[in-house]
Amino acid sequence: MKQFSKLLVGTAVGLALALGAAPSYAATPDNMLVIANRIDDITTLDPAESFEFAGSDVSRNVYGKLVNFNPLDLAAGYEPDLAASWEVSEDGKTITFTMREGVNFHSGNPVTAADVEFSLRRAVILNKTPAFILTQFGFTPENVAETIVADGNTISITTDKKYATSFVLNCLTSTIGGIVDMKTVMENEVDGDMGNTWLKTNTAGSGAYKVLSWKPNESVTMQSNESFYQGAPAMERVIVRHVQESATQRLMLEKGDIDIARNLNPEDVAGASKNEDVAIDDELRGRLMYMSFNQKHPELSKPKVLLAMKYLIDYEGMQNSFLNGQYKIHQAFLPRTYLGEIDDKPFTLDIEKAKGLLAEAGVSDLEIEVGVREAQERIEIAQSLQNTMGQAGIKLNITVGTAKQILTRYRARELDMYMGAWGPDYPDPQTNAGTFAYNPDNSDEIKATGFLAYRNAWDPGDMNQAVEAAVIESDRDKRAAMYEEMQRKHQMESPFAVMYQKIEQTGRRSNVSNFTVGGAITAASYWPVTK
Amino acid sequence: MASPTTAKEGRQLSPFVSKSAAFTSSVLRTLGSILITMIGLLFITFLIGRVMPIDPVIAVLGERASKSAYDAMFIEMGLDKPLLVQFFYYLWDVAHGDFGISRLTARPVIDDVMRVFPATLELATLGTFIGVFIGVPLGVLAAVKRGTIIDQIIRVIALVGYSMPIFWLGLVGLLVFYGLLDWVGGPGRLGIFYVDLVPTVTGLILVDSALDGQWDVFRDAISHIVLPASLLGYYSLAYISRMTRSLMLEQLSAEYITTARVKGLSEWTVIWRHAFGNIKVPLITVIALSYAGLLEGSVLTEIIFSWPGIGSYITTALLSADMAAVLGGTVVVGLVFVCLNIFSDLLYKVFDPRAK
Repeated sequence: MKQFSKLLVGTAVGLALALGAAPSYAATPDNMLVIANRIDDITTLDPAESFEFAGSDVSRNVYGKLVNFNPLDLAAGYEPDLAASWEVSEDGKTITFTMREGVNFHSGNPVTAADVEFSLRRAVILNKTPAFILTQFGFTPENVAETIVADGNTISITTDKKYATSFVLNCLTSTIGGIVDMKTVMENEVDGDMGNTWLKTNTAGSGAYKVLSWKPNESVTMQSNESFYQGAPAMERVIVRHVQESATQRLMLEKGDIDIARNLNPEDVAGASKNEDVAIDDELRGRLMYMSFNQKHPELSKPKVLLAMKYLIDYEGMQNSFLNGQYKIHQAFLPRTYLGEIDDKPFTLDIEKAKGLLAEAGVSDLEIEVGVREAQERIEIAQSLQNTMGQAGIKLNITVGTAKQILTRYRARELDMYMGAWGPDYPDPQTNAGTFAYNPDNSDEIKATGFLAYRNAWDPGDMNQAVEAAVIESDRDKRAAMYEEMQRKHQMESPFAVMYQKIEQTGRRSNVSNFTVGGAITAASYWPVTK
Repeated sequence: MASPTTAKEGRQLSPFVSKSAAFTSSVLRTLGSILITMIGLLFITFLIGRVMPIDPVIAVLGERASKSAYDAMFIEMGLDKPLLVQFFYYLWDVAHGDFGISRLTARPVIDDVMRVFPATLELATLGTFIGVFIGVPLGVLAAVKRGTIIDQIIRVIALVGYSMPIFWLGLVGLLVFYGLLDWVGGPGRLGIFYVDLVPTVTGLILVDSALDGQWDVFRDAISHIVLPASLLGYYSLAYISRMTRSLMLEQLSAEYITTARVKGLSEWTVIWRHAFGNIKVPLITVIALSYAGLLEGSVLTEIIFSWPGIGSYITTALLSADMAAVLGGTVVVGLVFVCLNIFSDLLYKVFDPRAK
């Protein structure tokens, strides 16, 4: 057995030597930002196609746009970016942008109006998932030659009818508004794809960073653009590492191996916040949690029953227990920080009031089915609703299923009640108003399943006109007031009970400043970050 | 005169020709079996992919895609064709080396697999080495010391290895060895300072860094792999040591062992040359199965340690209905099993004279 002992000792010594060789660093370098995030949703880097959270983060830091949000003052709304200024025609249909001088792409090519013309036309012609953000203004592959036109240092875009300027400009701040380097992209065109295949995995922008490498499910590495027109970023290199687990992110953050942890769960937030080298930032995001009621249901279509339902939600209880730190009570269809937002909270849990309303409506022994996707927090919310509704004599049957199962039934108007989430597509109030409060044709045949109002078989009546009016109102303040009024009416009359708005909790090393995940309206910005 | 000579040569050649024919037939049988296995595997995976409650079009376009965009993608993905036709189109492409483009990574599946499989191969190989070099001696020791405290301790070690959730053990391992003691590197294959420093030759960072003479990178890679590999090695060890113990006990109770002892052979020779010599063949199967299991990718270990291996690749692809990636990964896993089986058969022939 001596040989066996020698073998064990040899193995142990070998392992110890290997372990002892591990290098140790107290913190990341001062000119480098290391972020842990779940980046497995990135499927493309092409701004004409990218429509996911992690992809939007990359795009925001790589591509300049005509107008953009200032990360340090998101509340200010859009500001000039690659466009130095713009003018709106008298009929309100044409916006002419004058390009900023002296801005170059990462390739060294100058950013011109022709690049903008190419980028916006390209997004419409390729017609990828986010293309609707542009095509809702009447742009089609057939008419872009006339509607998106460069002329010297200016670029004009002409919409099919008059829209609020703020609506058009807000949409241009979306990822799809990213301006690509036409020359570089077309050098990489394959079979007339306008460079789509190449841009899926490469970048050609003018923003603060250029992508050095994207390894799917592994990392994105970015290098600063030293000639960025706003000045070279302090962080010369940004590395976003895919770290799936919250507990692993926390360990890395507390140890100083990363600067930012994007996906900490409430337990890890609580644990990490005890570390004096770590700070926790809360930012409201755009996602809303809501429930809605099918208006084909004979009882659920009664206004007093709808009102009763909104008093049967334990808003505070859920916020302070299993949703703690993840969601904040919000009861209107526009997320906080959007133009026209309101913070009215007319509903609280009030079983007796709900019982009274149900009695006035002549409803008793109600039994309904709610469809919920298989996500833990949604199931827990449904269980809470089951409990509170039960106290008012309503039997709630919970059907849990996959996204396909539940959404198929929801779109087919088969569910009595739906409990789920909705995230805005672009940073303008129309994105939510146009779905929560708009449904111009409620007939079954039309199958307008893109409208949430349609999915619930709800005819919003004169709210349709209100939505159409708000979308063409040029005066920003008047437009905001229109949405405020619309939401107050919607709160009381619609079959939607908006309950919560998502909070994103980010852990960061306390020496890191000026990092923002983009609030409810945009994505993360790395260029203002300092250490 | 010519005929007898020819007849004689014919008689002399006959055993060679017969051996050669037998060899050719054996190779053809093996290749045929591999082909049928792979087609069957692909067909079953393909079917599962089609009956999963995930809409592959929505997985690509998102929930808010317009009906026209949905219909166009439905046709582009070939979903309008009968299932068998879809499968034959896929087989045709695979036969031409085209595994398709992953919808999730926008890259050819073959490139993805070449990127993620070496990460798993490196981890599984090291894990298996640890499992074998510790598990086999422990199993032998437990058998030799049967019923003693040493045997009990080794059995408890194996039992813990079987029953402890790897998810929990991985997190605790990270907390202790990375978080508190600072003995090992954190999650990922390399620290941020060493990423992309070594040119990719094999995809195995330990090998590539050694080939390039980048010993700093090599040490960093060791510090990152040692913990997940030890974890996998522990699970492998638990299985291997239990099986080794059981196989050894069977041999140690055989009459030829008593005879060997009566003849005055040393205990070392009795255990290692005679008893252990006779368990090599079944042990090869045990080790090969354990290795194959690790090569499929240990999804939880890969998630905890942010290890970009084939397990998490296939799982992510499956959950997103990225069937080209799932099928590509399945081909690799299937091939791994087939190759390990062939390798085991070859080792049988080396260690078992009856199989020659």
